[in-house]
Amino acid sequence: MKEYVWRPMYVVVLIAALSLAVRFFLLPHDFGVHEGGYKYGYYRLGNIAEWESRPALFRSADDCGDCHRQSESLSASPHAFISCQNCHGPAAGHPEDPPTLAIDTGRDLCLRCHADLSYPAGGRDAVPGIDPLGHHPFRSCVGCHDPHHPRQEVQP
Amino acid sequence: MNRRTFLKDAIVVITGAALPAAALEWLDPRQVLAENPQIRWAFLVDTHKCAGCGFCVKACKAENDIPYEASVTRTWIERYVVTQSGELLADSPQGGRDGFTSGSIDLPGGTRVSEEEIIRGFFVPKLCNHCASPPCVQVCPVGATYATPQGVVLVDRQWCIGCGYCIMGCPYGARFFHPVHKSVDKCTLCTHRLTRGDASACVEACPFGARQVGNLHDPNDPVTRAVVSERIGVLRDSYGSRPRVYYLGLSKEVH
Ligand code: HEC
Ligand code: HEC
Ligand code: HEC
Ligand code: HEC
Repeated sequence: MKEYVWRPMYVVVLIAALSLAVRFFLLPHDFGVHEGGYKYGYYRLGNIAEWESRPALFRSADDCGDCHRQSESLSASPHAFISCQNCHGPAAGHPEDPPTLAIDTGRDLCLRCHADLSYPAGGRDAVPGIDPLGHHPFRSCVGCHDPHHPRQEVQP
Repeated sequence: MNRRTFLKDAIVVITGAALPAAALEWLDPRQVLAENPQIRWAFLVDTHKCAGCGFCVKACKAENDIPYEASVTRTWIERYVVTQSGELLADSPQGGRDGFTSGSIDLPGGTRVSEEEIIRGFFVPKLCNHCASPPCVQVCPVGATYATPQGVVLVDRQWCIGCGYCIMGCPYGARFFHPVHKSVDKCTLCTHRLTRGDASACVEACPFGARQVGNLHDPNDPVTRAVVSERIGVLRDSYGSRPRVYYLGLSKEVH
């Protein structure tokens, strides 16, 4: 072939080689097609381990009873099915870090379940309902009901 | 030895030699599974049990570091109600993160439907469906979102350019833009908990047992047993995305 045909070809090959080289140095080596094929499996493999190594904030077990007597009363109450961490926040690392957990005495915490919707609404039917605006409004529920043992009178 | 017997014997010898000893061993499927634990995560939601308390949303936000005040969330609860005139309406105030404490519902546009007009309601918790054929992954132009071999759809935060195609592509509205990390974000099924042998944070938090996560490859897993033996439904089946979040008690109106 003639020289003038080859010359642009050299340029094309050079550009291709250059972009491959740039790709080689810029892209992480675990980026590419993995299990799942090009359609669903084109990604950076190391990212899976990054997600998996995140710290877990919620404890899997409510092993609070060693230090808090509330566990005992809660487990004997109609609230036994509620995990402590729902009301006190994630507890991983407690009591080292965080040394103490949040205590929410607001009405909204209890109304999540106890607000009466006045119509049948799935799982809500299993919870004894109160009228949020009519049942001792503006007062904290825990002043009259022990959250860890709601059928018991609150000791003043 | 003539030609015919030679060929016959040769075939027998070659086949015998080619057959590895392992092929003659009887394999117990359970044993094989225990040695190579295959995992395909799936999620089961029992809408009969959900009371709309929103503890799942609250727990998810805390566990996965999604700002509580931002109106984005990885899992959310929708309340569907039927009015006296037979209309089906739905709401999800802030994704249900503070529960549903009022019987009336506010519709987009500012109209309020009072509780006297409502005759029936139910709650449907939603999350990413971790589809077997995820449309969101197909549309990603840079390979920043993908399905893992265990069936979890993840986003690579370093790789995401924030173009938002996947947010558009998801038929379930399960993706959003993370206000702090400035990348697309979505449910990871709490892979970091699953790999440690714990359940997802929302599953752990649900007091009513309305949410379960399980391995479809384990025939004894409660989720697998429910999927094969109960009447289950999935959301937006017709989209062909093959969702892996299964619902018990799903009404036909929900999509
Ligand atoms: C190893 C012992 C230990 C365990 C286990 C433990 N805690 Fe604590 N907790 C403490 C200590 C110590 C404090 C700080 C005491 C204080 O400030 O009065 C505390 C404080 C608290 C407080 C705040 C009490 C207050 O009066 O301000 C709450 C709520 C709490 N813990 C909940 C929990 C929950 C829920 C769990 C289980 C997930 C748990 N704790 C497990 C030792 C423990
Ligand atoms: C339904 C929500 C709820 C659950 C579940 C719950 N708590 Fe509480 N807890 C509260 C509230 C509300 C207070 C504040 C009570 C008050 O101020 O009188 C509180 C207070 C506390 C305190 C402070 C001391 C006290 O009694 O005032 C501790 C410690 C505590 N809880 C531990 C636990 C532990 C441990 C569990 C699990 C076994 C648990 N709680 C489960 C709502 C809850
Ligand atoms: C996760 C939902 C949930 C939350 C949150 C919750 N409760 Fe309850 N509560 C229940 C259920 C369900 C029962 C009834 C259980 C039963 O009867 O077996 C109950 C029972 C009670 C009862 C006893 C009613 C009776 O039968 O006499 C009282 C009082 C009560 N709760 C008060 C509270 C207060 C106060 C709070 C907030 C600190 C609260 N609850 C938070 C679900 C909840
Ligand atoms: C001033 C004290 C007081 C306050 C504050 C209060 N309650 Fe009560 N609550 C009572 C008394 C007394 C009863 C039993 C008599 C009755 O049914 O009204 C009761 C009954 C209940 C019952 C049982 C209803 C039933 O049908 O069995 C629930 C549930 C309940 N309260 C939840 C709450 C919740 C949730 C709050 C906060 C939003 C709250 N209470 C605030 C005093 C109080």
